[in-house]
Amino acid sequence: MKIRHLCPLLLVLLVSSGLASVPVPPPAGGTVTGKITYTGTPPKMKPIDMSKEPNCAKEHAASPVLTENVVSGPGNTLEWAVVYVSAGDQGSTPGTQTLKFDQKGCQYIPHVLVMQVDQPFQIVNSDPHLHNIHPLPKINPEWNKSQPPGTPPLTEKYDKPEFISVKCNVHPWMHGWFIVLNTSHYAVSGSDGSFTLKGLAPGKYTLTAWQEQFGTQAQDVTLASGETKNITFTFKALPY
Amino acid sequence: MRPRLAVLALLLGAAGLLLSAGAPPCFAQIDINIQTATGPMESHIGNFTGHSEPGKAYYRRYCIGCHGPIGDGNGENAQWFDPNFGFAKPRDFTLATYKCRSTPTGTLPTDEDLYDAITRGFVTTNMPQWRPLTEQQRADLVAFIKTFSVKWTSQKVGTPINVPPEPAANIESILRGREMFQKMQCWKCHGPEGHGDGPSAPTLTDSKDNPIRPYNFAVGSRFKCGETNQDLYRIFMTGLDGTPMPSFADVIQPGDAWDLVHFLRTLQPLETPEAKAWKEWIVTHGKELKPIGAEEAPGGGK
Repeated sequence: MKIRHLCPLLLVLLVSSGLASVPVPPPAGGTVTGKITYTGTPPKMKPIDMSKEPNCAKEHAASPVLTENVVSGPGNTLEWAVVYVSAGDQGSTPGTQTLKFDQKGCQYIPHVLVMQVDQPFQIVNSDPHLHNIHPLPKINPEWNKSQPPGTPPLTEKYDKPEFISVKCNVHPWMHGWFIVLNTSHYAVSGSDGSFTLKGLAPGKYTLTAWQEQFGTQAQDVTLASGETKNITFTFKALPY
Repeated sequence: MRPRLAVLALLLGAAGLLLSAGAPPCFAQIDINIQTATGPMESHIGNFTGHSEPGKAYYRRYCIGCHGPIGDGNGENAQWFDPNFGFAKPRDFTLATYKCRSTPTGTLPTDEDLYDAITRGFVTTNMPQWRPLTEQQRADLVAFIKTFSVKWTSQKVGTPINVPPEPAANIESILRGREMFQKMQCWKCHGPEGHGDGPSAPTLTDSKDNPIRPYNFAVGSRFKCGETNQDLYRIFMTGLDGTPMPSFADVIQPGDAWDLVHFLRTLQPLETPEAKAWKEWIVTHGKELKPIGAEEAPGGGK
């Protein structure tokens, strides 16, 4: 009997103590910044012939679109590489924001879309003609959907981490990537090859850099509270 | 006496083992090491329940030559199938991606779908019909094929798409279907007349980067996934997973889908009701038709 009466009291105590407690500030986040570079001779970015789709050929008549499997910049830097925490991850938050993957001018924008497991993303067709969107996963289910002009976006998600090549069968030059990760600590290198990972709690991490042509590289990094470290990933670019 | 009996018993026992394994006593086959990804599986087709254990023996007997001991489509015969000449490689069961489904794109097919595929064969490939096998044997094979991929334990089978009753196949429906053929840009791969020669046809590859040809309606054969109007409806609504043929389920309404089915029938050299209605109409109205294909860009030619 006594215990029964105590229970609601305990509950009240618990709740009120929770409300009253001052939120503990999260430890100051560490940061890793750096660059993705290469040594050697990478393949050249080649202009894409879009004459089979007159709409797109016309759109890019002034400056043809270049292939994006290796996008290099001044100072031997690489764009579209993905850096992420592959081991020692802590404090990851689920991806809830809906991402966007556009088909515009017979190109995928962005070329590399990084998402988290179960994170929704929208596929949009901004072109005046049909595309079929055909990602090629091996672990996740493989689907292939047509998207005529003016149809609403498709909303999709993947429930297992995987690096998924994406293509359009109608326009064989279109090529992109869905990178599905189980961490929220990732970055894509910009046109100057730079990347920044923020909000990393103190600890030891393995960072992996992935580039579609040159594969992956990993480095360990240990961060103290609020520390910023600089890291360079250098891929070996072999001409082919 | 006793040692002799023991030897005899051993020999009989060995022979019994060979027979119970379901393989003919051929030593070359005994070495084949079938590797599966899951434990035993079942299939349910009508009143039949298939079991993977007997299915394994039938697989070893009938399927392994092309589909291979690990079910990846790399059997010893596979090297002779040249996709450059239109011969598709054997299906890779380890991916659990299947062309002929009643279920939406990206989902596992039903047991009946796999059973129908084995029964029917694939008309444009080296996969023959397996009607000589009993229904029970085919059901057992369906169960066994599933043991090659863990997806059969981790993913759910899709819910078959609804195929509503077919409306009348009159000329109005056919003409609306022709507009769908233009609008959905079927002609980009299948060609303006359905000959499989559209502008994108030469570059098509399947999900393993092997060249693949779009279906040519003019050959008048069965389709890869059946031959009825309902099969045709299902083909473009579910798509053929693992190939360039996408699903149109999200973008074609059921009524429009039936119109498209009726038009596609007119592309075949067959005596179908659709072809008859089309031929009668075209005699008097042929000149009214706008050609199918790329529309002229505004302000001048291509």
